[in-house]
Amino acid sequence: MVKVYVPRDSTALSLGAGQTAKAIQAEADKRGIQIELVRNGSRGLFWLEPFVEVETEQGRVAYAPVESKDVVDLFDADFLQGGSHALNLGLTEEIEWLKKQQRLTFARVGIIDPVSLEDYIAHDGYNGLKNALKMTSAEIVKTVTDSGLRGRGGAAFPTGIKWNTVLNAPAEQKYIVCNADEGDSGTYSDRMIMEDDPFVLIEGMTIAAVAVGATQGYIYLRSEYPHALKTLNEAIVKAEAAGYLGDKICGSSHTFKLEVRRAAGAYVCGEETSLLESLEGKRGLVRFKPPLPAIEGLFGKPTVVNNVISLATVPIILDKGAQFYADYGMGRSRGTLPIQLAGNIKQGGLVELAFGATLRELLYEFGGGSATGKPIRAVQVGGPLGAFLPESQFDTPLDYEEFGKIWAVLGHGGIVAFDDTVDMSKMARYAFEFCAIESCGKCTPCRIGSTRGVELVDKITSGKEHIKNIQVLRDLSDTMLNGSLCALGGMTPYPVLSALNHFAEDFKPKDVNAKKAVV
Amino acid sequence: MVTTISSSQLEKIKTHIASNQHMHGALLPLLHASQDDIGYVPEESYPFISKALALSIAEVHGVVTFYHHFRTHPAGKHILQICRAESCQAMGSEKLEADVKAQLGVDYHQTTADGEITLLPVYCLGNCACSPAVMMDEEVYGRMNQQKVAELISEVKHG
Repeated sequence: MVKVYVPRDSTALSLGAGQTAKAIQAEADKRGIQIELVRNGSRGLFWLEPFVEVETEQGRVAYAPVESKDVVDLFDADFLQGGSHALNLGLTEEIEWLKKQQRLTFARVGIIDPVSLEDYIAHDGYNGLKNALKMTSAEIVKTVTDSGLRGRGGAAFPTGIKWNTVLNAPAEQKYIVCNADEGDSGTYSDRMIMEDDPFVLIEGMTIAAVAVGATQGYIYLRSEYPHALKTLNEAIVKAEAAGYLGDKICGSSHTFKLEVRRAAGAYVCGEETSLLESLEGKRGLVRFKPPLPAIEGLFGKPTVVNNVISLATVPIILDKGAQFYADYGMGRSRGTLPIQLAGNIKQGGLVELAFGATLRELLYEFGGGSATGKPIRAVQVGGPLGAFLPESQFDTPLDYEEFGKIWAVLGHGGIVAFDDTVDMSKMARYAFEFCAIESCGKCTPCRIGSTRGVELVDKITSGKEHIKNIQVLRDLSDTMLNGSLCALGGMTPYPVLSALNHFAEDFKPKDVNAKKAVV
Repeated sequence: MVTTISSSQLEKIKTHIASNQHMHGALLPLLHASQDDIGYVPEESYPFISKALALSIAEVHGVVTFYHHFRTHPAGKHILQICRAESCQAMGSEKLEADVKAQLGVDYHQTTADGEITLLPVYCLGNCACSPAVMMDEEVYGRMNQQKVAELISEVKHG
């Protein structure tokens, strides 16, 4: 029976993959052809979704983008045997865009059926956990430390060091918390892992639990991801039934239970202490640090809080070894980064590469330039708290330290492109507005500063005491940078000041008459 | 209190309280269960929630109102969320917002006169490679424009 793959990833569904799948099944039924329809994850070539594949003797052949109206035509062209057609892209594995990538964390994404445990295991799944179960806690932690893996949520703190703190914190109860509150605009790699390869996250959390001696885990998932919720819950039930979760996992002495908890639309809950408050059933107010969550975390107990990508990268490290992973990357940024191309980009999608590629390669070689065909004027890297970079900085390699040198951040690896119609003063205003909407309200610089910031940008662009107000804007940014309790208030000045510094011309008074008022 | 809930709705909420109250950090799961079931979290339920979880009514109110997701009043039959975040802005979401608001005759956080659609802003749907994005109930739609949103609205209205 011919296997036909039609993705079930949210982005594929958002472009009609559900209808395409239905149409393919209906047409096969009508013609009396038996097919096996697999709803796989997305390969990440989002500009080509719905991305349909057919298994042939030579390998999987891609047809994309396939809308439901194309289906009859594809059957007529004998696509089930890899027949030629305008939408035929050849063998999937030969597509340059994929071939040029180094997929480690995303090794299985788009290839397997996300909720098939058999498929997961057949593609090296659970090899990492099996190795971990033969090691001591300290050996597992050392492997993660030696791999050089750093927190992929954005803070880039060494994962192994965090685990070591929890390992050495004596307590009867410890927790593993997965931060799946992926709220940064331009990012979707967490969502893809959870929808397209959920077992890898479950395995990573299980390894973390075995390493530090935790018995309970929570995935704090944003409420905007209903498909991820369903997929994760389905995968958890299957892992439990097969003995990969619960009591005596894989016949060992370890117990690990896992539960998905839904967030409720507060961006600030992506900050780890705010997240813990929320999991405890409270308002998501940021906590003072210290104590670190690794010492006093969820319900006051030692807690590992890691991002989805960090945890989903652990299995391959335990499978292939620390050195295998550390051999990728540059400087102190080891391994790979799943980069997400977004915004005004022709070929948006998921590009996993070793650290060190430049923005220009990403934007033009992978991204193909802007979607509108106009010049890319600015990119924002690292979500709403990331700096805007002008074209002169496009040769910066993707590396935590190199980005730090130009006062920018890599964050969660999201790259949002803007063409030359963007008004950067508007983007600066929006950064403050977003901060005001999402501030938890605990510290003054963030709570009040964000609203004052919106007012200031309005004054500046309307020409009211222009020079003086630019100085006030810089002062306010300085206060927020140095006086905020967490990154929300503390990093809002990144988009604001980078917009002002690199695109000062956009901050000139908008109204011709108002120009007279410039002091 | 402005809303009035039926006794059957209150019974449903009491059931959710009973099935959730013993879990660790029960409040958010409980509020989700209530809103998923009856469409919102009525203020009339606060006394029962507060008693079951040993919280003050003010604490319950504080949590409900902290999170953008929870509503204390009924919404329309369908929830339409438009993404306002940067990636969608880069692809013209500002115009889309204005167009949809004009078409529906409502602003954000309002419901159309026929009670069909409640319009909400959202900050990222994780569909950023295909901006601008909207979400109708539980489904995301990419590369949207006014016409496609209009078709979507007509589809949910007329089945």
